[in-house]
Amino acid sequence: MAAPQSAVDLSAALILTPPPLGEWLVVAPVVLMIGLGAFLLMIRKSVRLQGSIALAGLSLLVLLDAGLLWRVLDQGPVTMVMGRWLPPFGIAFTADLFGAAMALVSAIAALGAGIYALRDIDAAGRRYGFYPFLMLLMAGVSGSFLTGDIFNLYVWFEVLLISSFGLLVLGSEPRQIDGALKYAILNLIATTLFLIAVGYLYAIFGTLNMADIARKAATLPSGAPLVTLTGLFVLAFAMKAAVFPVNFWLPASYHTPRIVVSALFGGLLTKVGIYALLRVTIMLMPVQREQLSLVMAIAAALTLIVAALGALAQHDIRRLIGYLVIAGIGNMLAGVAIGTPAAVSGSILYALTSIITMTALYLVAAEAARIGGSWSLATMGGIWRRSFPFAITSFLLFLSAAGLPPLAGLWPKVSLLKAAIDIGAWWLAAAMLIQAFLVTIALGRVFLLAYWRPLAEAGMPAADEEPAGFFSDKTTALPVIGFAALTLIFGLYPEPLLQLSQRAALSLADPTAYIASVFGPSDLGRGGNP
Amino acid sequence: MNTLILRTVAPFVTALTLLFSVFVLLRGHNEPGGGFIGGLIAVSGLALYGIAFGVGAVRRALHFHPMAIAGAGLFLSTLSGTISLFAGVPFMTGLWIYPHLFGTEIPLSTVMSFDLGVYLVVLGAITSIALALEQEPGPEADERQSGPDGPQKRGDV
Repeated sequence: MAAPQSAVDLSAALILTPPPLGEWLVVAPVVLMIGLGAFLLMIRKSVRLQGSIALAGLSLLVLLDAGLLWRVLDQGPVTMVMGRWLPPFGIAFTADLFGAAMALVSAIAALGAGIYALRDIDAAGRRYGFYPFLMLLMAGVSGSFLTGDIFNLYVWFEVLLISSFGLLVLGSEPRQIDGALKYAILNLIATTLFLIAVGYLYAIFGTLNMADIARKAATLPSGAPLVTLTGLFVLAFAMKAAVFPVNFWLPASYHTPRIVVSALFGGLLTKVGIYALLRVTIMLMPVQREQLSLVMAIAAALTLIVAALGALAQHDIRRLIGYLVIAGIGNMLAGVAIGTPAAVSGSILYALTSIITMTALYLVAAEAARIGGSWSLATMGGIWRRSFPFAITSFLLFLSAAGLPPLAGLWPKVSLLKAAIDIGAWWLAAAMLIQAFLVTIALGRVFLLAYWRPLAEAGMPAADEEPAGFFSDKTTALPVIGFAALTLIFGLYPEPLLQLSQRAALSLADPTAYIASVFGPSDLGRGGNP
Repeated sequence: MNTLILRTVAPFVTALTLLFSVFVLLRGHNEPGGGFIGGLIAVSGLALYGIAFGVGAVRRALHFHPMAIAGAGLFLSTLSGTISLFAGVPFMTGLWIYPHLFGTEIPLSTVMSFDLGVYLVVLGAITSIALALEQEPGPEADERQSGPDGPQKRGDV
């Protein structure tokens, strides 16, 4: 309201100094994606225009997220509170190192998938609304990573859930509806549990602002049912992340949509669950996490073993990669269960590398199916002879997924293993090693059958076995090679990523700077304007 | 539905309902009402029109595709929040202007344009759901299922 001469002291309720432009970086990714998604929805029928506008938008998203990460590295967490209200009453968007890094990496993955979609999503898929859904999905993902309010986190979960339903049924095939139904019901149950937990939390704390919760956690009376609350949160996020007893929706649905959509889901959605899990258990309720750590560790070990066995058993390479996604979640959950800063930094590093690796693996699977002639390991073959460059690129990504040197997948596994051995959880370390071994065998099997075996032995006409060129198409080659290059670079030179995840883990464990950015010295630093 | 009474009354009722929905939308700033409920009221008017004259008539009357209307609403709401960038206040802060038109002060605000966006989102989204449900499975719907297990049931209609 424009009431400049009111008798009330507005500074008690409102932020009266103009926010510096840098703070806009916190909301910019979400605003950009929602606005662009809405705009693309309006021009849904202009099939050609959609792709180029969406790619320009995703590139801008990467730049904005990079700017945000740079600012957070430089000056600590950044906060903007909606509508000028003072926190904790206004909804805060707060980016710390963890959130900003996740937002940047997921934007890169989305850009790669967007480029791949130029070829993979045909005109019908675009009219159906692939690009608007992609933009809204990214709005949900970025919002989840950047929000500083736990109810707002729930809202972003809903946004990404609804757009993921749209992406999942793109094309309206019966098979997709079947997959979408399982996905939708399990995820709706998880979000409802999350909402119930948020209600509980509000009843206990009287606030939904994460910084405020972190501030008040130590001063609560001892009778507060915080372990129950944390348990509810852990269950809800574990369902989202596909942790073992509640993971069955993922293999049932992730192979049904278009492959780009699978790639986006495998790369991003489960990691949002892990992000929320880390945010709530490590930053908000560290004491209660301690009490639940054994349960989480057992769930993590079971997830690791079951997922790796599942990957071994699959013939359809899309389903196989679905199990690899779950196996990765097991590793990250193990880090949450151990809970030391070293383990948390391992989990964060795992999440960052896994976003890229899993997105890339699904794209590799699509390419392999195109060159090898089938999705099934029983009938595909001859890729090595038909396209040597593609075979090498996929080999690198397979190494990264299995956690073998010299690719980026190695380092998070090493950090997590070391963290597990440091606290004497030998069985958890053993589960990780067995999982890595089994995944290596599963991917080796893919390579043996799909790449090295001549088509003739797979029972297909050998006449098809002529060189297929570099990749099947330039627009599909670019993201796959880009992702492989990223994993190779950060595998050979992991220092920046390791440091980043260590700093992110420390700031999660000790959220003083996070709280200060919402409540404290940020106001002082901004001052000077009466 | 093919009754004379409904067909005669429907245009008037729809017009009144749409008018009422705008009234509820504008009233919403200080009293019960607002974009969401206003949008729902508008959809109920359009649904009645559809029941009386068929889905095609509603689509023609709307001119734009309902989803495009929803997109425009979302876009408008996003813009309303972004205007605060140029006013030097945080995102989503309400900003007001008071133009005088024919001697009357008319308070306009970004809050209102945001609510108008909500109205359009609800109008577009729910209308497109309602129209999809009301639509009789015609040749357009059959086209998708021309596979071996989806024989054309209404092939000769």
